[in-house]
Amino acid sequence: MNHNDFNKLYPRRTGLLTPRNMEKAGYAGLTVLTILTVLPIIAVVIYILVQGAPAISPSFIFDMPRDGMRAGGIWPAIVGTIYLTVGTAIFSVPLGIGAAIYLAEYAPDNRVTQMIRIAIINLSGIPSVVYGLFGLGLFVLFLKFGSSILAASLTLSIMTLPVIISTTEEALRAVPHAFRVVSISLGATRWETIRRIVLPQALPGIVTGVILGLERAAGETAPILFTGAAFFLPRLPQSPLDPTMALPYHLFVISTQVPGMPVQIQYGTVLVLLVFVLGMNLIATWIRSRARARRQW
Amino acid sequence: MSLFEIYDLTVEYSDGTESLQGVTMNIEANEVTCLIGPAGGGKSTFLRVLNRLNDLADVKKVSGKVMFKDMNLLDPKIDVIDLRRRIGMVFARPLPLPLSLYENVAYGLRTAGERSKAKLDRAVEQALRQAQLWDEVYDRLDAPASRLSGGQQQRLCLARTLSLEPEVVLLDEPTSALDPISTAKIESSILELKERYTFIVAPHSIQQAGRIADHVAFFLQGELVEYQPASEIFTRPRDKRTEDYLQGRFG
Ligand SMILES: Nc1ncnc2c1ncn2[C@@H]1O[C@H](COP(=O)(O)OP(=O)(O)OP(=O)(O)O)[C@@H](O)[C@H]1O
Ligand SMILES: [Mg+2]
Repeated sequence: MNHNDFNKLYPRRTGLLTPRNMEKAGYAGLTVLTILTVLPIIAVVIYILVQGAPAISPSFIFDMPRDGMRAGGIWPAIVGTIYLTVGTAIFSVPLGIGAAIYLAEYAPDNRVTQMIRIAIINLSGIPSVVYGLFGLGLFVLFLKFGSSILAASLTLSIMTLPVIISTTEEALRAVPHAFRVVSISLGATRWETIRRIVLPQALPGIVTGVILGLERAAGETAPILFTGAAFFLPRLPQSPLDPTMALPYHLFVISTQVPGMPVQIQYGTVLVLLVFVLGMNLIATWIRSRARARRQW
Repeated sequence: MSLFEIYDLTVEYSDGTESLQGVTMNIEANEVTCLIGPAGGGKSTFLRVLNRLNDLADVKKVSGKVMFKDMNLLDPKIDVIDLRRRIGMVFARPLPLPLSLYENVAYGLRTAGERSKAKLDRAVEQALRQAQLWDEVYDRLDAPASRLSGGQQQRLCLARTLSLEPEVVLLDEPTSALDPISTAKIESSILELKERYTFIVAPHSIQQAGRIADHVAFFLQGELVEYQPASEIFTRPRDKRTEDYLQGRFG
């Protein structure tokens, strides 16, 4: 078919609705939609920055609160949130990644594993206050850990696990099956294959899942409310069995429970929490992009 | 004694497909044995029996006897790790691991516990030379394997298998995705190396079998129809079905 015949058979559309114009309109539309979704987030961040920045100073970060928390700093809340996040990571990261490796690489595909998977998905939909009550019953009362960093970290771990397990499992499954077959055909064991090929390939996805889970843990109030969060403590926690102050709960306290609270301190606290969480995000992005640069396929 | 003595081998997948039915044959060392036949004949299944890669597939039942020297390959208790180092495999699609060229070729030796850099260097170079790839890549061994062309990738995969100096190399349509030049290089590697290795190949065409085979086995729907020296089967096929297949009348 020569070009003229082609044009006769499929005449060019003219006017406003040419495919080219529709493509342009669609592109513009999608761009606008994207901006619309990002705009509120940017607005919130800017608002908090403007309101909170004046409060930020070395003494705000590193001092203990004074005058019934109306003055001084928020150091114990910052330290507490770090303790809780690290504690949560200690329990949930090895357990979550281990469970995901089992589910993705070893578990037979039968009814039991399907049920486990469904249970995990449903667990991530449970409201966080339910985890709080569960932690109170199990860790604080039954296991007698008392209201403590240990009990709160364990509670947060249970809440975080489903996120870590399902994102890690997904990341492992995204690694092409053929790599496993090749590795095994070269005399590697399953575990060597996982360690040398599958895990490095899945690392970016796993890191994303872990950080997402830990971020949620760092920002939650309800699960630690009954299990380890303190309204006010005159000194930093000395052991994992001490209760602790924490940024999200402290924020709740100074926003609702303390009359005559300077607005500045509230927004300053919000800003610190935000920086904490965004900082974790940044680390995740950094690890992801490094892993992607080293990825070789 | 033949290298492989296979008696009444039957393989059934869990969906009920009997992909091999009562296959009996001997395979000789230091020869190129080609498995030919139309799609679904059972050639890949047969190859995967020999290095137990079927353990990863959905196989319901394997019966018969497959002796490799004095080892019964169907015995669930044999050391499959060791077996796969002795019987290597190259797949139809070039499948480099997500590593550098060097690490791809060194992979098998590293997992076998080889630490000496000097030994690894030597093994990598030798394997790449045997696969006729060395001259094209010696100056970029640290580059990702995915940067190679398809034909180079497949020769890399051959080198990766050869690096373990296996006794047997299984090749499942190794050139089906390759250009003629890479195909010719792989074929000439096979012919040069058969002094040292035993090759069992599912070639991607009858012509390829004609160029490399010492023995040819014709598989049709799981049945071994005919098994003969290459010169015999191509000139005087005994079975009508073999003749039809060789003349392109089906499949
Ligand atoms: N993993 C599997 N699960 C179920 N059935 C399978 C599986 N692999 C192969 N089969 C079936 O076994 C039979 C033989 O397949 P096989 O792949 O061994 O044939 P082949 O001769 O290699 O074919 P081709 O020339 O297309 O590669 C086919 O009917 C196929 O559908
Ligand atoms: Mg096949």
